Amino acid sequence: MTRIYFDHNATTPVAAEVADAMGAALHTVFGNPSSVHGHGQQAKTALDTARAAVAHLIGGEPTEVVFTSGGSESDNLAIRGVAESLVSSRRRHLVASAIEHEAVLQTLKALSKHGWTTTLVGVDESGVVPTDRLAEAVTEDTALVSIMHANNEIGTIQPLIELAAVAHDRGALFHTDAVQSVGKIPVDVTALGVDLLSLSGHKLNGPKGVGALWVRRGARLRPQMTGGKQERGRRAGTENVPAIAGLGVAADLAAAKVATPDPHVAALRDRLESGILSNVSGSQRNGDPRRRVGNTSNISFDGVEAESLLIALDLDGVAVSTGSACSSGTLEPSHVLRAMGFSPHRTQNSIRFSLGLGNTEAEVDRVLGLLPGIVARLRTVSGRRPRAGVAVHS
Amino acid sequence: MRVVVAMSGGVDSSVAAAQLVESGHDVIGLSMQLSPQRSDDLSFGGCCSIDDLHDARRTAASLGIPHYMMNFERHFDEAVVAPFVRDYAAGRTPIPCVQCNGDLKFAHLLERATALGADRVATGHYARLAQDPESGRTRLRRGLDQTKDQSYFLFTLTQAQLSRALFPVGHLRKDEVRAIARAHQLAVADKPDSQELCFVANGDTAGLVAARDPSVVRSGTIRDQDGQPLGQHEGVHRFTVGQRKGLGLSTREPLYVLRIDADDNSLTVGPREALDRRELTACGMNWIAGVPPSAPCQVTARIRHRHADAPAIVSPLANDRAAVLFEEPQRAVAPGQAVVLYDGDTVLGGGWIEPAA
Repeated sequence: MTRIYFDHNATTPVAAEVADAMGAALHTVFGNPSSVHGHGQQAKTALDTARAAVAHLIGGEPTEVVFTSGGSESDNLAIRGVAESLVSSRRRHLVASAIEHEAVLQTLKALSKHGWTTTLVGVDESGVVPTDRLAEAVTEDTALVSIMHANNEIGTIQPLIELAAVAHDRGALFHTDAVQSVGKIPVDVTALGVDLLSLSGHKLNGPKGVGALWVRRGARLRPQMTGGKQERGRRAGTENVPAIAGLGVAADLAAAKVATPDPHVAALRDRLESGILSNVSGSQRNGDPRRRVGNTSNISFDGVEAESLLIALDLDGVAVSTGSACSSGTLEPSHVLRAMGFSPHRTQNSIRFSLGLGNTEAEVDRVLGLLPGIVARLRTVSGRRPRAGVAVHS
Repeated sequence: MRVVVAMSGGVDSSVAAAQLVESGHDVIGLSMQLSPQRSDDLSFGGCCSIDDLHDARRTAASLGIPHYMMNFERHFDEAVVAPFVRDYAAGRTPIPCVQCNGDLKFAHLLERATALGADRVATGHYARLAQDPESGRTRLRRGLDQTKDQSYFLFTLTQAQLSRALFPVGHLRKDEVRAIARAHQLAVADKPDSQELCFVANGDTAGLVAARDPSVVRSGTIRDQDGQPLGQHEGVHRFTVGQRKGLGLSTREPLYVLRIDADDNSLTVGPREALDRRELTACGMNWIAGVPPSAPCQVTARIRHRHADAPAIVSPLANDRAAVLFEEPQRAVAPGQAVVLYDGDTVLGGGWIEPAA
């Protein structure tokens, strides 16, 4: 059975060029970038190359890029780093949206137990943070606003330019978790007006265990990992050179991809989505189709337990997700769909399809062929039917 | 055929899965997630903890079968934990494993398995199934290993449920099960058996019941058999018939709980010999073959899991009840426990022991 991978928002396959670069780095670049000698200089050069590539991808300066172990660490460093740098000021308030990744939500929760106040801003039913709602939440005491660029579960893109302006009006810094947008859509830190931006290697066909935090020059950040002076004193520890080299190549590939928009993935996603909505009764699209990344489709199947549908699809060789991968491990109803105001019923009926590198039309058609039968079987066994009045389209 | 194995992470269900793989079935491992999965959560000691689910996953991986966790938190709470708490509050001594089998594994899990195209659900229970050649019905029999037999916990299963069940280790002894696990190099081969109820932390049943239903914590009277008050207790949920510890009475001869009366929140205590009873009635009888016997018949009857079944006469009564008369008096017949009836190795049926009239 050939397997179909429609879960690129969870993680992506490593691009061949990335794997080659990492292999080369492992074999030949073993020096410590902090060392004075030639071996060290060679490693330092590998970091410089990757740093320039990442900076180029997001329109920043290489010196503004801090390499981390991934998106979660970047989010932690951004939020804790900014919050703690302002610990002796009046700014002890943190704001995020209700649909953030757990790396942001749990970090706020942890800080709320140590003297910071936090506010989570809700979203509308399409998953967008309304600017006026953010304006109500941000005060003169707010240190940082953290709002993701594209949502991992529904793909919705937030109006970061307007949202960042709201934060800046009150003198707060603005961080965005751009793990799900970098590599999918053009991202330019200057145009967006953000102060900090998280990205992750394995979401853009790079390796796991590496990511970056872009920090606007001049923004103060207290390091969370203390030790040596690596990363300009913002993140101690000998750098993961092979992974960072891989991230650099992945960034180059992503920059080339988003510069000349390839309609391929979006076309596949649209083919899949419209096929499902027209061929599977009781299916509904979640999120605003007009403002989302091109690879993601989140669909509810009325009367179907998403958990069972995910497993049934996997047994037929199709990998999808019920939301963020972390939520799938614990199988809690999606906090994103709940924040959008959906019933518990609908949140438990929702499946995320996220496409990417290597997917083909034939794969989309195979999934379209499988789904109606699987959904019908699941409904028969559970004795459930799509509820009357549920539209076939959204 | 496609078989879903309910994998707890223990050696029995692991070997059940291994046996099915060896027989060439299309095997899917499912583990039931019954509590929130946090490594700092100490509420689950026995089975189905995060470590056990991890063991199940590793076993499935080494057997080369797909494995999934399914969230049954709500179902488990409704089908098992809530009735358990209600029973204790009502002065009964529940057996939650029975509900977990009949109302969860061979109900909700079976439904999910069916949705995945599975013909059967297999578990690691020590029990055997046999087809009655005349009636075509499925008979439930004791596990071959008498010391591990779990047929007592399966007595509520209906013909519909039994026809979908498989017990691949029921014909094995425990040492054979472990040997098979070792032969497959399963990491759980020498994992100790779980002893306590999986959802009761540190065996603190009373603590769990009180946390879920604080109204049970209230003082009541301890009386002797003549109705004379002897002392006070702090809630009937702390007691079971036959219990001696925790009464807080200082008497020359040891006293045992004879009767729990939740209505007036009292305990009746007496000497050990007063625990002996020859007769009991049971409700909610499930005659596994599908029909009750037409006349009183000779059986052996078991009144708790670790009880050696004893000869008795069972008489079916109206409304799914039955009367059981033992040849010899039995100690500590506890309402809420099950009485399960056997004809040799075959389970005839069972029901819930009622309070003595």
